[in-house]
Amino acid sequence: MLELKDITAGYDRRAPVVRGAHLTLRPGESLGLLGPSGCGKSTLARVVALLHRPERGTVTLDGHAVTGFSHRAPRSLRTAVGVVFQQPRLAADPRLRLRDLVAEPLRATGRRTEAAARVGELAERVGLGADLLSRRPHEVSDGQLQRACLARALALRPRWLVCDEMTAMLDASTTAALVAVVEDYRDRTGAGLLAVGHDPVLLGRWCGRTTHWNEIVKD
Amino acid sequence: MTPPATPPPVLSVEELSVRFRMPAGRYVEAVTGATFALAPGESLALVGESGCGKSVLASALLGLLPGNAETAGSARLADGLDLLAADERTLARTVRGRRVGLVPQSPAAHLTPVRTIRSQLEETVRELTGTRPPALRAAAEAAAERAAFPASHLDRHPHELSGGLAQRAATALALVGDAPLLLADEPTTGLDRDLVLRTVDELRAHTRADGRALLMITHDLAAAERIADTVAVMYAGRIVEITPAAAFFGSPGPRHPYARGLLDALPERAFAPVPGAPPELGALPPGCAFAARCAAADQLCRTRRPALTGGVACHHA
Repeated sequence: MLELKDITAGYDRRAPVVRGAHLTLRPGESLGLLGPSGCGKSTLARVVALLHRPERGTVTLDGHAVTGFSHRAPRSLRTAVGVVFQQPRLAADPRLRLRDLVAEPLRATGRRTEAAARVGELAERVGLGADLLSRRPHEVSDGQLQRACLARALALRPRWLVCDEMTAMLDASTTAALVAVVEDYRDRTGAGLLAVGHDPVLLGRWCGRTTHWNEIVKD
Repeated sequence: MTPPATPPPVLSVEELSVRFRMPAGRYVEAVTGATFALAPGESLALVGESGCGKSVLASALLGLLPGNAETAGSARLADGLDLLAADERTLARTVRGRRVGLVPQSPAAHLTPVRTIRSQLEETVRELTGTRPPALRAAAEAAAERAAFPASHLDRHPHELSGGLAQRAATALALVGDAPLLLADEPTTGLDRDLVLRTVDELRAHTRADGRALLMITHDLAAAERIADTVAVMYAGRIVEITPAAAFFGSPGPRHPYARGLLDALPERAFAPVPGAPPELGALPPGCAFAARCAAADQLCRTRRPALTGGVACHHA
């Protein structure tokens, strides 16, 4: 269960971006959250991913009330959520080869030894060829880099996935391919999904249920 | 009396190729043999996967390729100027902004962050039209008006604008020079659906009504459908299909298997990706570049590269 209650969040206390948002996701459920650009949906996605501390309200993840966010979140909760952002260029360390980019969550949680095998398996799942793994971000296309970012999000087998405009920079074919990867992962693991976006056709096709920003913000 | 002659194309590109010289004598063939023409009032959408060479083609037309690029072929404007042969001085003084307007991919990054929209518009108007104060202020406001940029927001900085208004500001700048050719490189990336439609509608209005030509580079097929008269599909650096938009999106649909796959990947259609991955531009196969991903590929496809004939480059079309 993922529950947001009365979340108010932003970057300036006087003018919060999100006011009083409520959201509930049952285990394994996929929810598409629609909203126009600038409405605050990415901020909310960051709260769900435990990356941004809300000013008010509670986040409950699988029965645990979240008390710390970002680096203060306990590892057991942090690793339960995988995130994919809109712009892979901004979400990837330009100095890391894709192999190391995908392995980073494993290294950070002390699972260096299983990294090599796991990276190979993840790369195959997301459709990254072996030769691409030894390249750095500037040597691959947006689509290829986003595949690596998705592999990174799946590396720790999260119970929840947050995809914030994951496909906004991508062509139709890569979009369909990455959505298929996410759905395949969810079929195998029963993970829940919050997909944030502005395309009702895409989210309608992808998610079990869609909701509009106006419906979750009760002010 | 002679019948009215058809106006010359605003842009005619013939056998345009761009390749990048890499270390150890290798070459990356980013664009190969692109040929198309743009009539006044026509919008052409160049679509394809990221990394297929679309943006390199746009950079070539503006003379913005990096130093290790080698070009071949020609890209002539209506007055005969070959954009590929022109020197930097000609491009800077008479082409960019004046004969070719660029609508950028990311207006937020294109605009100068520390200056207001008014100051940027005034500078562009002054440089391109020679207008001086006191007429400058009104001229800049008129330029904003043309792109439906609200006068109330002229004194704001780029970060104070929403994505849609920033896009209009960038469009206003592109329109100042009254260039007969507009080049839009992914103008809708990252915008939400309503804004995409509004942006392309506005671009289309500036194209249609004013007899301009628009070359829009995009991976967004919905935007392409909305704006284009003609669709060109690029794959691995080549145009593999060029066809009227109505036929492409409606009936009979695309004829090249890759174009069909791309269209079928849309969530409103089959939502199924084209299997496999595009080839490396530095190591293209001898035959059709799409053969490895194509269900209909046979021996001929793997050994002989199909030429673009009758608007499609496929042995089986």
